[in-house]
Amino acid sequence: MASNGSSSSSRSQHRLRIIAGHLQKRTEDQHTSLSAQNCRAESPGSSPSRQTPVPRRRQEIMKWNGWGYSDSRFLFNKKGQAEFTGKRYRLSGLILPSLKDWFEGTFGASLQHKSPATSSLNVSAVSPPNLNEAFSEDLKAAGLLASHDAEDRVFRAHGHCLHEIFALREGRIGRVPDMVVWPSCHSDVEKIVDLACKHNVCLIPYGGGTSVSSALECPQEETRCIVSLDTSQMNRILWIDEKNLTAHVEAGIIGQDLERQLNERGYCTGHEPDSMEFSSLGGWVATRASGMKKNIYGNIEDLVVHIKMVTPRGVIEKSCLGPRMSTGPDIHHFIMGSEGTLGVVTEVTMKIRPIPEYQKYGSVVFPNFQQGVACLREVARQRCAPASIRLMDNEQFQFGHALKPQVSSIFTSFLDGLKKFYITKFKGFDPHHLCVATLLFEGDRGKVLQHEKQVYDIAAKFGGLAAGEDNGQRGYMLTFVIAYLRDLGMDYYVIDESFETSVPWDRVLDLCRNVKERIIRECKERGVQFPPLSTCRVTQTYDAGACVYFYFAFNYRGLSDPVHVYEQVEHAAREEILANGGSLSHHHGVGKLRKEWMKESVSGVGLGMIQSVKEFVDPQNIFGSRNLL
Amino acid sequence: MASRALYSPRHPMLKKRDDFEDILEERRRYSDLRYALKCYTPTLYKGLVPCKASVLKTIVLQSDHLQYVIKQVSSESGDSPECVTEEASLILDEMAHRLQLSTIRFFAFTLSKAFKCLFRSVCVNEEGIQRLQQAVQEHPVVLLPSHRSYMDFLMMSYILYTYDLPLPVIAAGMDFMSMKFVGEMLRMSGAFFIRRSFGGDKLYWAVFSEYVKTMLRNGYAPIEFFLEGTRSRTCKSLTPKTGLLNIVMEPFFKGELFDVNLVPVSISYERILEESLYARELLGVPKPKESTSGLLKARRVLSEDYGSMHVYFGQPVSVRSLAERKINRSQYNLLPRHIPQKPSTDTHEFLTDAGFRLVRMQEENMVLKPWVLIATLLLHNPDGLDLSSLTEQTDWLRHLALAFGAFLDWPDHESCTEVIRSSLALHRHLLSISAGHVQLSATDSPQVQMSAEEAVFHRAVVVLSCASYRNQILHVFLRPALLAVAMQSANSSRKDDIYNCFSFLRNMFSNEFILCPGDSVQDFEEACYLLMKRGVLQVLEHEIVMSADGHSTLAFLCTVLDPFLQGYQVVCRYLCEETNENLTEKEFIPGVRDFALKLILGGRLTCFEVLSSDLQKNVLAALLRLNAVRKLKVGDQVTLKVNKIAVNSLEDTLGGKISTQKPMLARL
Repeated sequence: MASNGSSSSSRSQHRLRIIAGHLQKRTEDQHTSLSAQNCRAESPGSSPSRQTPVPRRRQEIMKWNGWGYSDSRFLFNKKGQAEFTGKRYRLSGLILPSLKDWFEGTFGASLQHKSPATSSLNVSAVSPPNLNEAFSEDLKAAGLLASHDAEDRVFRAHGHCLHEIFALREGRIGRVPDMVVWPSCHSDVEKIVDLACKHNVCLIPYGGGTSVSSALECPQEETRCIVSLDTSQMNRILWIDEKNLTAHVEAGIIGQDLERQLNERGYCTGHEPDSMEFSSLGGWVATRASGMKKNIYGNIEDLVVHIKMVTPRGVIEKSCLGPRMSTGPDIHHFIMGSEGTLGVVTEVTMKIRPIPEYQKYGSVVFPNFQQGVACLREVARQRCAPASIRLMDNEQFQFGHALKPQVSSIFTSFLDGLKKFYITKFKGFDPHHLCVATLLFEGDRGKVLQHEKQVYDIAAKFGGLAAGEDNGQRGYMLTFVIAYLRDLGMDYYVIDESFETSVPWDRVLDLCRNVKERIIRECKERGVQFPPLSTCRVTQTYDAGACVYFYFAFNYRGLSDPVHVYEQVEHAAREEILANGGSLSHHHGVGKLRKEWMKESVSGVGLGMIQSVKEFVDPQNIFGSRNLL
Repeated sequence: MASRALYSPRHPMLKKRDDFEDILEERRRYSDLRYALKCYTPTLYKGLVPCKASVLKTIVLQSDHLQYVIKQVSSESGDSPECVTEEASLILDEMAHRLQLSTIRFFAFTLSKAFKCLFRSVCVNEEGIQRLQQAVQEHPVVLLPSHRSYMDFLMMSYILYTYDLPLPVIAAGMDFMSMKFVGEMLRMSGAFFIRRSFGGDKLYWAVFSEYVKTMLRNGYAPIEFFLEGTRSRTCKSLTPKTGLLNIVMEPFFKGELFDVNLVPVSISYERILEESLYARELLGVPKPKESTSGLLKARRVLSEDYGSMHVYFGQPVSVRSLAERKINRSQYNLLPRHIPQKPSTDTHEFLTDAGFRLVRMQEENMVLKPWVLIATLLLHNPDGLDLSSLTEQTDWLRHLALAFGAFLDWPDHESCTEVIRSSLALHRHLLSISAGHVQLSATDSPQVQMSAEEAVFHRAVVVLSCASYRNQILHVFLRPALLAVAMQSANSSRKDDIYNCFSFLRNMFSNEFILCPGDSVQDFEEACYLLMKRGVLQVLEHEIVMSADGHSTLAFLCTVLDPFLQGYQVVCRYLCEETNENLTEKEFIPGVRDFALKLILGGRLTCFEVLSSDLQKNVLAALLRLNAVRKLKVGDQVTLKVNKIAVNSLEDTLGGKISTQKPMLARL
């Protein structure tokens, strides 16, 4: 054994060297990595990249009744100035001097009128778990980690729909999962699904928990034991194939970890949905996610090469990694968008790309929204869309301005004033009509610059003026912090929500106008005292149409049931979208929130097809989230 | 019968109506010139895309819709696209208005003079104007006035100018265009001209619809057109036309507009300028072609007193709320929106229904003068009435009409006698009054020796003129009257029997009166309710029983419909007895007229209204609809194939000889 001793010590020394190398490389990478993550939160400290930032007890670092990290939130300080706490984001620790005026002016809200949330979870409000003893026993015997702790269960009982968060803030807890289980690999999942079938237990897969379609809500009518299958511990990159530029990844990995770990190897997936700090690979697959930079990298359906999913019938996967197949209907399309109704996605092989050499933000100001849309349409027609191009309407442009941090030098504020003067006075743009497009270019430097010129030239034809990189970058940063803003609003009687659709080009303007107007009208009819904020942006361009994102928010003081009012308004807005040729969803999915329109959207036959797949794959309805159907 | 739900809240009596203001009052006090030159700053639509009339043409010609149709027409006809475009451009030139403020100012001046001569007052409901002001800002507006006189659209523009509202563009019939100077004047005051018929002409339709839609979408100006399609010669509302209604609603259906506001406007005249002209036209003296010289001859009319005039701007109707749950807008999702699409069956149904409802709104807001009641009574008593009994009966009728929700403009502070005296004075040309006995007659009658036929026509002119006033109040009595007749002919007090009878009559007369399709049960319940409230009927669960003192009311109501019942029977008898296999459509009206004339001369018919070509056409339309008569096209002649058995049994049923039973209805 002594001889072994020396060899083991040399081995451990060798390992130390490797780890040290890792650490060193990591710090270097942090400076060179170029993806949009400089806007996003940085993961805590210097923890080795293999360690997951998503602990099993998520509530330790994340809010139990709001968006994101516990240490990051907006608040109005004693001087009445808005600030963003924490250290994670660029905006963290900064004062936002104009937010208060915008907030009070837009919503008629007042800092005097607070509507604070219940501070902590009242565990006694959570109904005791309805455990399936035999299942629990078998689980334990198989060595799987599980919990029926109230906090764990409540955390996994919701996504981030307004009504879900609103209820939590009021301390109202509905039906929650009876148990949480954490598989750590594919075969764990197989065991769990087997046991669930054996004991007739309902499974609801849980990835990042960022759903906005009520997909994670436990069905009221479910009487079986509901088990939340948390994939967060299945978060490894299993291999990277540099010859074919693919990576094989466990599906529980969350976006920012995947991207960071690939960056360390010089790669990226380029898939950056707005929720990428928290959403998981499996979730993307299950909802047909779309990333900001899809113009270069594609949406999730373009990115996946191979999917492995555990269903009650067994594992479904393809036999090879061929880039395209003609083998009947693509089985991936049964999986993508199945929203947890057929099984658990465990492993995905997806395309990766070398990290782009150069990245540049940009922005263009247009005299009005019509011109902006016309420009985006032209960009799409010429198929020269940058990695990302987004067009905000006037209301959102003003909102963006309200989020400008305090400027430190007089010079910058002078420059800002000059810019404003140039645009509104010299160019004659009406500050109540102008709108702004934000751009993100990626690639090698020469090409980016060339590409940039092409896009700005097109923009000029539609009266667009280049408005600098800063404005562009701030636009994208907003994406990550906007979700935090909702919690601030809710502290002061303001509730808001966003929803999205996709629509052919020729209907974009009409749809935007009609939906915004419908929201305003519905709010008025339902007794909302102050005109709501009703705004939209075009966030993706396609050959045949665009993706449009709506935000709406209103001050609910004086309403007895604000959530109900809000739901009615959202319902009306969705009807309006459908009546104007928009789709039921571009990438949020259907969940339970929108399933009433499924038949209308895909026809009775279409729905029947989906139904029959479900019946074959999961006859016992083990995956009983009741989404989609 | 369908559900016997509680009476729906569509009750006319509960309707609160606005007060009026006389716009001529100010004109009589202040300078017309200053008025014509006043600072005119209309309230504008918030989404207005400012553009000049001349730019409109370019927008229309370059629109995707028109470009698409031009290509289509060009490939079908083999003409070059340039050639078709040229054609489209010519159509547009012929059609387009050239609205300009100077012309409006000219009209503001001259019409002020003219209106002050013609009318004692022009009363407008100011609250309606305020509502319109609101509506104009929010969404594009479509003005839908009733159409009784040429005066209508001049008056509309005049009023809108007066109240600083945007001036409308008006869809006018091409016949005006032939009046050279006047046509151009009208064009410059906002009229655009459409051909009376352009059935199969794809290009014309495309140009026309795109022209209207462009103006609507850009918020260029309120679009004004007449739902009834033409002036009603009888003063009864006409069945709405849905073509233009579809055009103005389509931008909403297709999501191009968030909403469109439809504003029904009811224009009523105490005395209609064209009164005897209409009567003659109905009797077959052809309508004089509109000509400038003809209009100048009409100068004579300026010297007469036409009493007062009322214009009621109704509640704006949002197309969006009208279409809610009736139109599935996603049906327009799958076809590019510039490709013309025929309205689907349910759209069509919706348009018809909407049209009917809008015309009903016009009817309900139509101001009725006391003379309307007097005319009704005089028609019921061809031998005339003593002034005292006329007064008494008018007062009785007034209360009945009010109870049924009539919008009666009865002077507040005058005695009934006084009111009747002044009404009679205004309409003296239709009356002969001697020794306190009032009777319908032609004042200038026995000048020359007239043939018996001429005398009949002469009397018919007076009767039809008078009927045009009674017709104004028909909509108030219509439903109870149908019920009264149904009770009389049902020979049963069972509710179901009466309903069947009611429903038969309603169906029969649905070309004659404004009866919304599908509202049979509702109308029946409304009639029951009104008569029950009036104490005429007792409506039990399965029975309807006349109350002790209900007789006079029921008798009156039956008399109201009598001319129509008789008229329909005469036409049916004509078709059964007097026609052969080769009756052409053209021969129909003269044929019926001769037949009726013979009956009248022979003393077998006293009802002069049968001579009205309007009634005759309506009967034919009803019979065609019921498949009792079919049209057969042979060459360029249309012949009418009469199913004599069916027509005969309809006649019998109308005459109350056969009670209405379902099997018989089914046979039709």
